[in-house]
Amino acid sequence: MNNFTVEAIELTRLYGGREAVSNVSFTLSKGEVLGFLGPNGAGKSTTMKMLTGNLAPSNGSVKICGIDIMENPKEAKALIGYLPEMRPLYKELTVDEYLTMAARLHRVSSKYIKSAVETAKERCGLGHMSKRLIENLSNGYQQRVGIAQAIIHRPMVVILDEPTVGLDPIQIRDIRALIREVGGEHSVIISTHILPEVEMVCDQVQIIDKGRLVFNGSIDVLKRQRIGNKLLIGLHHAPKADELLKINGVSEAEVLPSGLMRVRFEDGAAPAEAIVQTAVQQGWGLYQIAPDQTSLEDVFMQLTYQEQLISPEQSTA
Amino acid sequence: MIINVARKELKSMFASPMGWVILSLLMFAFGTQYLNAVNDYFAVMSGAMRPAERTGVTQFVGQSVYGLASFIMLFAVPLLSMRLISEERRSQTLPFLFSAPISLTEIVVGKFLGLVAFLSILIVFIGVMLCTLNIWSDIDFGFLLANSLGLLLMVAGFSALGIYFSGMTQQPVIAAILTFIALFALMMLDRFFAGDPNNILGSLSLMKHFQSFSNGLIDTADIAYFVLFAVTFLTLTVRRLDADRLRG
Repeated sequence: MNNFTVEAIELTRLYGGREAVSNVSFTLSKGEVLGFLGPNGAGKSTTMKMLTGNLAPSNGSVKICGIDIMENPKEAKALIGYLPEMRPLYKELTVDEYLTMAARLHRVSSKYIKSAVETAKERCGLGHMSKRLIENLSNGYQQRVGIAQAIIHRPMVVILDEPTVGLDPIQIRDIRALIREVGGEHSVIISTHILPEVEMVCDQVQIIDKGRLVFNGSIDVLKRQRIGNKLLIGLHHAPKADELLKINGVSEAEVLPSGLMRVRFEDGAAPAEAIVQTAVQQGWGLYQIAPDQTSLEDVFMQLTYQEQLISPEQSTA
Repeated sequence: MIINVARKELKSMFASPMGWVILSLLMFAFGTQYLNAVNDYFAVMSGAMRPAERTGVTQFVGQSVYGLASFIMLFAVPLLSMRLISEERRSQTLPFLFSAPISLTEIVVGKFLGLVAFLSILIVFIGVMLCTLNIWSDIDFGFLLANSLGLLLMVAGFSALGIYFSGMTQQPVIAAILTFIALFALMMLDRFFAGDPNNILGSLSLMKHFQSFSNGLIDTADIAYFVLFAVTFLTLTVRRLDADRLRG
């Protein structure tokens, strides 16, 4: 028995002949946070609906802790906490009433309902909102109630569809901390299109575009791709590029329009120190040196753009 | 689990003034009818000399109150049942129920029982109100029981139909109108076929099956009719919701 908490096998969903999600397969282990990235309409929400049993896949299967969600929906759903994109809140109820109901529907035994509600409120920072009607809460607090509802029964898998939309920066920070905390014990899947968020909270990243997975791997891979072997150097009395190439490990140097120089180096080399020393000795007037990062946006663009280049070939194949 | 869904429905019924207002208005109507019927009883009976013209007070008052109740339920049930699914669909709260570990059948039956429980509060109140006749007279409790059971079965049938139409649309008002038209047509069926008592379509009429209960007769055929009626529409509702999951 493997200990995957979520297993998606070749998930496909057709909407009137058009593939909203096609052949998405992945696994998630206990204690991991998976980030789901993708442009609008890429199929993130559709995939999440299929994972939670809200939508039947046209093809493929989903297993939650080894339980097939199509065959044993009740057992599998008991292990999931889900916050859809549109918060499913009953606005005529108070926070306490709503969370008690959620706990009851998720089979929390009646002895523990009270403590489960308290814990969930505390974790989501809702302690002082207990008696307020959900309708009267601000957008951000409603979002917290939605998250509280998803974690109240301590599910093995928590699935949050765009959990930080509409929150202020402080709340976003709290929610991210909460996601990390929840991720410690359970598996979490979040979807978002805020890229830095993925870097902060996720261990695993998936990029989905036009219903296909275009990237699936650890966040480190994505980070490495983004940092690369590049340095950005600012020199008052810049020498010719050839001079820089003499430094050990430097493979390429070019002058950028902004007056800065971009230096590429070989894998494993760390020429920064040597560059600084040489610059001081030669009196180049060094005023800035920093790793040249490609933004996550660029990586994202590259990946989704590559996909567009590949897809015509695939269609002919 | 069904109980939890039913509790949820009752809670949202009473979370707004809506539930209380409907209960009190309906009770006011039934109470007025009851008082009028008691007054009428004395007026009519003092004029009735021959024994054949005399009817018992239970039957006289009971028929008047239960007759009004069955008529009012025709309007009240569509208004109460319209929100059950359509409102959840409109405010996108259905995923909350769909992703909880409960089956579609449990969701639908839970909602149905929640509504029937709400309506049976009224039925119990009517029963208690009529029992107060026993203070100065000897009433026929069997007659009351048959009428209460008949009314309960009938509102259960109404509710099942209401839930079905509520599941078909996103607009509660449309659900209410459709339910009302369907119920009205089913009530009227036996009028259309009054000349031909053995017509099959005529025997589909809701009113016809309520008739024997209102005469104090508990007939298994009528019980079976109402039970089948409710089960049919609840099954159709489950299938309708399942289509949501399959087609998206």
